[in-house]
Amino acid sequence: MAKLNVNIQKKLKEFDLNVDFELKKGCLGILGPSGCGKSITLKSVAGIVDPDKGIVSLTTDNETVYFDSERKINLKPQKRNVGYLFQNYALFPNMTVEENVAAGLSKDDDKKIVSDMIKRFHLDGLEKRYPRQLSGGQQQRVALARILAYSPDVILLDEPFSAMDTFLKEQLRIQLSNILNEFDGLSILVTHDRDEVFQFCDELIILDKGRIIAKGETHNIFENPKKVQVARLTGCKNISKIEIIDDYHVKALDWGVTFEVSQKISPNITHIGIRAHDFSPASENDLNSFDTSNSTKIEKPFEWEISLANGLWWKRDKQIHQHEFEIPKYLKVNPKNIILLEDN
Amino acid sequence: MMDWSPIFISMKTASLSIFITFFVGLFVAWGIVKMKNDAIKIVLDGIFTLPIVLPPTVVGFFLLYIFGVRGPIGQFFIDFFSVKIAFSWSATVIAAVVMSFPLMYRSARSAFEQVDSNLLDAGRTLGMSEWKIFRKILFANALPGIIGGGILAYARGLGEFGATAMLAGNIAGQTRTLPMAVYSEVAAGNMGSAFDYVIFIVVIAFFAIFIMDYVTIRKEKQWK
Repeated sequence: MAKLNVNIQKKLKEFDLNVDFELKKGCLGILGPSGCGKSITLKSVAGIVDPDKGIVSLTTDNETVYFDSERKINLKPQKRNVGYLFQNYALFPNMTVEENVAAGLSKDDDKKIVSDMIKRFHLDGLEKRYPRQLSGGQQQRVALARILAYSPDVILLDEPFSAMDTFLKEQLRIQLSNILNEFDGLSILVTHDRDEVFQFCDELIILDKGRIIAKGETHNIFENPKKVQVARLTGCKNISKIEIIDDYHVKALDWGVTFEVSQKISPNITHIGIRAHDFSPASENDLNSFDTSNSTKIEKPFEWEISLANGLWWKRDKQIHQHEFEIPKYLKVNPKNIILLEDN
Repeated sequence: MMDWSPIFISMKTASLSIFITFFVGLFVAWGIVKMKNDAIKIVLDGIFTLPIVLPPTVVGFFLLYIFGVRGPIGQFFIDFFSVKIAFSWSATVIAAVVMSFPLMYRSARSAFEQVDSNLLDAGRTLGMSEWKIFRKILFANALPGIIGGGILAYARGLGEFGATAMLAGNIAGQTRTLPMAVYSEVAAGNMGSAFDYVIFIVVIAFFAIFIMDYVTIRKEKQWK
């Protein structure tokens, strides 16, 4: 049973990085805004960046210590057997596809592995091309082929889709997800895109200014973000400061609306969150309903975005050919869809 | 009848000095690029760059101080090998190496620095040794810049005058290089033979620049 153990500290310019996690199977997501320390965490695992303090170790059949500040161990990246997919893929521009895939192999065994990889990643016919002559999708396949040819224990993915247009991104996500499913080692995906972690990762860490602010199963974190920052990063569009009225009622100060909630409110709750899709049409006397006068609607191809006068956002799915939409006079939200949040 | 010896001396000097400058400059540049301590880096960079900033005669003065018969290295060679460096052919090589070194070093360094550091890290995570990374990634991708630096350094070595005059003198048939010969002919009023040497230098210089551009353009086209 493989296990990756990471517990590192590093002083950075803006903040101190302090992360601690363990990965036993599948893909771990690290989600956070840009500059939160997620790439540095990934590079510390690969050995490209040295943490100040801490431990990084991988246990497969036996334990390999990659880094241990107390025992003064710092294994070179060459000895860690970790595959790193760089944001821009870092293909060697002076080498052909074939040579790139063979770059991590010794002379004796490379022929067979390279031709297997070329086939597996559908690169037949492109063997003699240079990276600049390839499309974005082909480049990513070459980069992955190069990593898997090296048969790593851990694959590290550093914002693999950040510099792509939407169409290509959707295709490559499917491609990468198939590859990761076939790979039986551990992997870590670093991104600022919540859709990506939701799709790829069973386990999730959310980083903010070098600190872990949420850790656990991806679905749990998305359903119950617990903290304001986490709610925001998992895509909750409506977040407001509150005043607690009683155990089950709060006043949302930013929107001027009073809501009933389904869970008892503990005193450390300072905010509530409501996802933009969780509203539905209502009549005046319904529970948790409010007035929608003076709203603005924005038409998107597949949804209406309604910006209410009180500051709330409502999103409603639509068909492409529908262009008319009457905003109901009142909207409501189910008490169990109101997320109770702590301010960090 | 034209004296061909300055041409042979210059070709010999320039060829040997570029051989030394090329490799030393390349590896010193690699060392500086890899260096993590910024303070030492700046000091060393200053020392390695100094020869192109200082007047050549000042560099020659320092060289004479070190390699002259009373200088530490000059005396050592006399005592142990009975070889006098100053005012011998080897002095022209030393002067050319020292004067052309900064061009090679700086060109190689900036060519190295332009190689995306992710490429080097990618090589490391793929288990490539540092030496293999240097050859296959850093050197290969910096090649156009390195060749450019090499050719500039070659041309600089070929045209070296001030430091050579100080350390090697102007001994006909021994240390009289092409630029020295031009100077001597003009000083003696022989404009005609000076002109022959000048033509020769201009042709070589033009040819060097031609090779440099040709190689750079061809390499870049291949990858694109």
